[in-house]
Amino acid sequence: MSEIRAEWPLYEVFVRGKRGLNHVHVGSLHAPDDAMALRHARDVYTRRNEGVSLWVVRSDAITASSPDEKDPLFAPSGDKVYRHPTFYEIPENVPHM
Amino acid sequence: MASTGTTDANDNPYEGLYGGDATHWAFGTAFADPLAGVVGPTGREVAVPDGVDARDLATYAVMLADDALVMSQRIAEWCSNAPDLEEDVALSNVALDLLGQARLLYTRAAAVDPDGVPPLPEGSPAPPEDAFAFFRDAAGFRNVHLAEVENGDFADAVVRILVFATWRLALTERLSESTDPILAAVAAKAVKELTYHRDYAGRWVVTLAGGTEESRRRVLAAWDRLWPLWPELGASHPVEERLARAGAGVDPAVVVASVDDVLRQVRDAAGMEEPEHRPAARPQGRDGRHTDALVPLLADMQSVARAHPTGRW
Repeated sequence: MSEIRAEWPLYEVFVRGKRGLNHVHVGSLHAPDDAMALRHARDVYTRRNEGVSLWVVRSDAITASSPDEKDPLFAPSGDKVYRHPTFYEIPENVPHM
Repeated sequence: MASTGTTDANDNPYEGLYGGDATHWAFGTAFADPLAGVVGPTGREVAVPDGVDARDLATYAVMLADDALVMSQRIAEWCSNAPDLEEDVALSNVALDLLGQARLLYTRAAAVDPDGVPPLPEGSPAPPEDAFAFFRDAAGFRNVHLAEVENGDFADAVVRILVFATWRLALTERLSESTDPILAAVAAKAVKELTYHRDYAGRWVVTLAGGTEESRRRVLAAWDRLWPLWPELGASHPVEERLARAGAGVDPAVVVASVDDVLRQVRDAAGMEEPEHRPAARPQGRDGRHTDALVPLLADMQSVARAHPTGRW
């Protein structure tokens, strides 16, 4: 008999809600292949009417930042208030701002 | 949406989907009622179509409901026993879809033929759908044998769901044209559910057949075990024939060829042999003749309702 992997690979699941514009990460699951991962995602993460579109991606395909890098990556932006567009007077007749 | 104070978007992965609006959780928003626009609150508002005998219509609805209920109960037995957590949820979803179909069909049966509803114990507040489910004995059930036989292994589960869903999908596709607006609406809802069940089970059959020696051995064995139950699904009962002639029901004999065709496609994709040609069958479960498996299934399913006949759920 050929070698059998004990565990199915892990997938990350992204759902787009009816009212949402973008896919949002909602969790992860195990599946034997990509097509089945999509079906598992449907069964596990959209059974209460949460979504209209699904993405699944193998977790090992994601490159993530490391907690060790947190300070050099993110701390420097913590005091750059001038990067926020908050120094403008917005005229009252400009909508959606 | 910006996070403020204690509401961290990372705490609730669904927050981003709904902008923090939690009303979708319990029966909140955007749920589609399959009978919306068709029926009032009790289902009695819709008359029996011309040329259809009310008792026949009720019996037919109960046949389709019993298939769904008993199959649902068997699949629900997989809950916490499936090979993986994900399959546990997938199988439970299938079971709940079928349970929903059964409820609507029992309600329709009770509305068109109130005399046909099984009597409830004194003081029981149970609705008619529960009378059908919990207060009938095996001989009163009209489900096909495929729905009731014992579960076996996971390969049995997916082969069984494949055959059942393919057959029921072919029936409900036609039933969505029924002259009875309730049956038509229930069938139209069921078509979407059964399409998914068939797809889910078909993929697993192909996956197991192309997996390891052991998975292939098991799926072939499951096919051998369950295939003898398929002919009964195509056998016409007189009630089904009469309903079909009146335009309100579907004679299962007319879907045999298309179901065979779909199952052949799955077998081809799975590299499985054509099974032996089967003998023509006559109805079994439709006439209340059942295997030994149904009595213990019902005893389990009905035990709580019967132990507390005046209970409210």
